[in-house]
Amino acid sequence: MIEVVAVLGMPVLGALVLAATGDRSYAPAINIAACILTFFAAVALTARVIVDGSLLVMDKLFFVDPFNVFLVALTAFVGLTTSIFSGPYMRIEEQQGRLTPGRLRLYHAMYQLFNFTMLLALLTNNMGILWVAMEAATLTTVLLVSLYRTPASLEAAWKYFILCGVGIAQALFGTILLYFAAEKLLGAEGGALLWTELNNVKGQLEPTVLSLAFVFLLVGYGTKVGLVPLHNWLPDAHAEGPTPVSAVLSGLLLNVALYAVVRCKVLVEGSLQNTFAKGLMMGFGLLSVVVAAFTLLRQKDIKRMFAYSSIEHMGIITFAFGMGGPVANFAGLLHMTVHSLAKSAIFFGVGHAAQKTGTQLMEGIRGLVTISPAIGWSLALGSLAILGMPPFAVFSSEFLVLTTAIREQPWATPVLLLSLAVAFAAVFSKVLPMVFGETNAQRLPVRPAMLPVFVHLGIVLMMGLWIPPFLADWYRQAARLIG
Amino acid sequence: MAAIPLWAQLINLLAAVLLLLAFAMLAQRRVLTLLNLFAAQGLALTCSTAIVAYATKQPHLYWSAGLTLLLKVAVLPWLLHRLVRKLDVKWDVERLINIPTTMLLGIVLVVFSFNLAFPIAQLASTVTKATLGIAMASVMLSFLMMITRRKAIPQVIGFLAMENGLFFAATSATYGMPMVVELGIALDVLVGMLILGVFFFQIREQFDSLDLQHLEKLREVE
Repeated sequence: MIEVVAVLGMPVLGALVLAATGDRSYAPAINIAACILTFFAAVALTARVIVDGSLLVMDKLFFVDPFNVFLVALTAFVGLTTSIFSGPYMRIEEQQGRLTPGRLRLYHAMYQLFNFTMLLALLTNNMGILWVAMEAATLTTVLLVSLYRTPASLEAAWKYFILCGVGIAQALFGTILLYFAAEKLLGAEGGALLWTELNNVKGQLEPTVLSLAFVFLLVGYGTKVGLVPLHNWLPDAHAEGPTPVSAVLSGLLLNVALYAVVRCKVLVEGSLQNTFAKGLMMGFGLLSVVVAAFTLLRQKDIKRMFAYSSIEHMGIITFAFGMGGPVANFAGLLHMTVHSLAKSAIFFGVGHAAQKTGTQLMEGIRGLVTISPAIGWSLALGSLAILGMPPFAVFSSEFLVLTTAIREQPWATPVLLLSLAVAFAAVFSKVLPMVFGETNAQRLPVRPAMLPVFVHLGIVLMMGLWIPPFLADWYRQAARLIG
Repeated sequence: MAAIPLWAQLINLLAAVLLLLAFAMLAQRRVLTLLNLFAAQGLALTCSTAIVAYATKQPHLYWSAGLTLLLKVAVLPWLLHRLVRKLDVKWDVERLINIPTTMLLGIVLVVFSFNLAFPIAQLASTVTKATLGIAMASVMLSFLMMITRRKAIPQVIGFLAMENGLFFAATSATYGMPMVVELGIALDVLVGMLILGVFFFQIREQFDSLDLQHLEKLREVE
């Protein structure tokens, strides 16, 4: 229990401190410190779950099982590395005159609060609180997306607010329906929204209500996952916000939203005993992969391009969880991990590349590798990793998804393969000239923190070659839990 | 059919009022009137929640009625009024095209919602199950309102009205959500509104108006 309190308390504490001191020169250090403490707490919590099994603490308010604890650890880890990256990055932004001290304070405080809302969404056992935390995650990031107060960033933030707000309102209706179905079995005494209780009685939940509830929940949380056709906010929010925010949005928030969908799917599948939920998720997933892959072809802005790539990967993961079964779920979980590591690493590289050349348009970014090998290579390797080249682990997870699809859903395989090929061609042809060739990049006034990039890519590479047995075991347990 | 008790009739009446208000908001062009309609909707919601609380003897519903009164009738309209005054858009009139078409579309949505809600309402054990269709319809109507509006403040009022509809759905289908969830939702709505307030000023500063036409520049292909 103490670990859960620490995991949730550290970011809140950090936010409070940073709300007062976020514009000082030592604010990035406090930001990092808060993230380190959160990360240690998450590690302790993980160790506890590995040793003791699932936890249910504080009057059943928080529930930790292998499925969510791995996401908690991932969230805390990427939160930490992003905070390391964000120090020099935000200092350069400030020196380039894009930020005022007040906004920097807002940024630091909101960054911690955002981490808090995601961890709360992951740890809570109450489907209602899950909704509240997801909405709060939107709220904390809206002002981060519009941090630069440019017309484009305001528009992106408005779109983000309204579309995600409407989407998440659908999820609230779904949650109400879920509560409505459960209340008859479990009584109104608060227990009817607890996931563990719902999971115990899922076989008896009213199927008609649950199928309607799932449609609303999938549309609602799916908006935040960025599933096509509900994805309109995503590229704008990624392109116009500060890069550390793009990295955590892509790397973490999408995962958390997908986590909510999967939790709901477990309940609905248990109630319906048919392929309704499965089919819906596979359909949405596949549509996202196809649309995103073809939209990648005509992107001009580098951050927009990688935002579409996130939609594509979320589609793959949704498709994998939709298929279900131990292998596909394993692949989905692995893909969730490596995508968020690789994608945030790419955004780190992209952020500094844009600072060096003063533009986010890809035609303006050339020859990164000549002036700064670290950034150039990080972009090149990160792109190869995210495109699923062996030996990076994205290859292994995509391979698993494809082989399972061949066996269980053969009709989907050619579509998936074609989309992956299109995505590869689109991204690779655009990344190559940015990395090699004549350069126009300038030196940065502050040394960028490139360590997180190579740590991330190193882990992705390692997991492609060798997944530590405890991790594989952990994935298998989680995969079994979600059916 | 047995005689319907007075309180059930009252709830049905209030539900009808809620739906009527949703239609009125759909067609209302003046920002200030729209705001008052929203406050009136909040009041109807409070009354119906309080009556359900009285009839079913659910003490926690009194709390949620109080919360609605505080938030939807007092704080949010007050905040919005202040915003409208400060932004000086008090007499703004929106040019809405095709009010009759919108209304007809609204009627279709109501029929659709009733059809969707009917099988679920059959399963409900609450005394208020008949109003679930209305709740769903008012969610849909608010949604329609958000789509048809081109200015920032009416769009936000549509968003809040949608939340009203959802809240009404929760009360009529299940006698309200657990208190901790309701508090969380209320907090989210309030914080969201405050953030939007800040946001309006940013938009205004940047574009000199709250017209959302300025916010349609981000496209795929230039």
